[in-house]
Amino acid sequence: MRLCSANTWEIFKREFRAYFESPVAYVFLVFYLMLIGFLTFFVSRFYEANQADLKYFFFWFPWVNLLLVPAATMRLWSEERRTGTMELLLTFPVTLGEALLGKFWAAWTFMTLATILTFPIVITTMWLGDPDLGAILGGYLGAILLAGAYVAVGVWTSAMTRNQVISYVVALVVCLFLALAGWPPVMDIVNRWAPSWLVSAVASLSVMPHYESLQRGVVDFRDVLYYASVIVLALFGCYLVLENRRTA
Amino acid sequence: MLDVQHLQKKFGLIEAVRDISFAVTKGEILGVLGPNGAGKSTTMRMITGFLPPTSGTAIIGGYDIVEQPLQAKRLIGYLPENAPLYPEMTVRGFLDFVAGIRGYRGAERRRRVESAIERCRLEKVRHQTIETLSKGYRQRVCFAQAVLHDPQLLVMDEPTDGLDPNQKHVVREMIRSMASEKAILISTHILEEVEAVCTRAIIIADGRIIAEGTPAELKARHPSGRLDEVFRMLTRSAAEQTVVHR
Ligand SMILES: Nc1ncnc2c1ncn2[C@@H]1O[C@H](COP(=O)(O)OP(=O)(O)O)[C@@H](O)[C@H]1O
Ligand SMILES: [Mg+2]
Repeated sequence: MRLCSANTWEIFKREFRAYFESPVAYVFLVFYLMLIGFLTFFVSRFYEANQADLKYFFFWFPWVNLLLVPAATMRLWSEERRTGTMELLLTFPVTLGEALLGKFWAAWTFMTLATILTFPIVITTMWLGDPDLGAILGGYLGAILLAGAYVAVGVWTSAMTRNQVISYVVALVVCLFLALAGWPPVMDIVNRWAPSWLVSAVASLSVMPHYESLQRGVVDFRDVLYYASVIVLALFGCYLVLENRRTA
Repeated sequence: MLDVQHLQKKFGLIEAVRDISFAVTKGEILGVLGPNGAGKSTTMRMITGFLPPTSGTAIIGGYDIVEQPLQAKRLIGYLPENAPLYPEMTVRGFLDFVAGIRGYRGAERRRRVESAIERCRLEKVRHQTIETLSKGYRQRVCFAQAVLHDPQLLVMDEPTDGLDPNQKHVVREMIRSMASEKAILISTHILEEVEAVCTRAIIIADGRIIAEGTPAELKARHPSGRLDEVFRMLTRSAAEQTVVHR
């Protein structure tokens, strides 16, 4: 399947513009920036009041994305199903895969924009301290890939229901699992009773280890492969859900 | 142009469409008449490739909708039931999107959008968002989307449902104006519509075709010579038969 056919591009443009056709997108972008800023400067500082460090900035992305990515993806398919426009979309000469990819790219691009718009925080920190440029780029790459994995999950859950709220909650639960499964504090607790092979198997599903290694400025092929696999699996799941709806 | 062959659709235990076959040629307007729940929408959804049939298929201009869906879909314009649209888009923006999906680019794309706007008399509302439009205008926007690429087959599911008499008149005029160069399939449960626009009609009830003919032929089936009497006579007996079956 082609990653961006002409049809995918048309659907991408429509979906991406749809974010900006209501003021919600602007509210979303501002809120995203403010939340990350608040958590970085106030909450983290509260515990670690010593020096400027981007560690605390990148620390928050998995948690802020957990709350906000599902909000950006919840309507993608559920709204098409609720209003019946899915019937229009799928009787146009496009394949289901093309439509699915168009929506995924649009939501991921929107989240990438939200991520990049946090750069004022980075600039502020650079002023205060002297962070490493490689770590900044690695951190951003990690944050964008992480958002991609969450977006794919959100696209999938939005296909499961006509209800945006259900779509949001299910996406949040799945993403929470992806985040917590390999988060050291949780792993330590689980380690006390579960066999270590089980702990490492579950942890290997998690976004966290891959997120953290990118934050150190090391771009490891395996981390990128991990995110690509999560995205492909979630989108394939979405494809199956939509295909089943049609044949039901 | 359209050849429907033994279409059947089951939803679990419900058999919504049972072995429906018919054909529509260019220049014809075929009315699909039937009470609510008869299987009209399900039939149209299979013909347009939205729902895969349980068995049977539809051939559109030589392309099988099950085997070659993309080629077949290029030849179809479809107005689904209740005219679904993207509410937050403007009329122009929406039609431009449809033109893009239909493969038009550049000047041709603009020309297609403009001609659809003109043909469906949407000039006044072209910059309005769809959610602010009245039901009649929405129906026309969805109609514009269906005819933008000059399809050889036009499929319309209850195109005048919920419109006032003036709006109905406008939509019927638009349908008639396109009749000569297309094959048109219209579903309705409004009998006057069949007499007003169709060249031929099939009556379906409970997923089966129970009568077929020109409006005049159908009317001759009842001594009163009125289509609504024929319809009641046929659909009532069909309903009674299936009750006995069960
Ligand atoms: N997605 C679906 N799932 C289950 N049953 C359905 C579905 N769509 C339609 N039906 C059933 O199929 C029958 C025919 O419906 P429909 O084709 O919408 O009738 P009409 O358009 O003639 O009013 C009805 O009994 C309806 O309840
Ligand atoms: Mg119907």
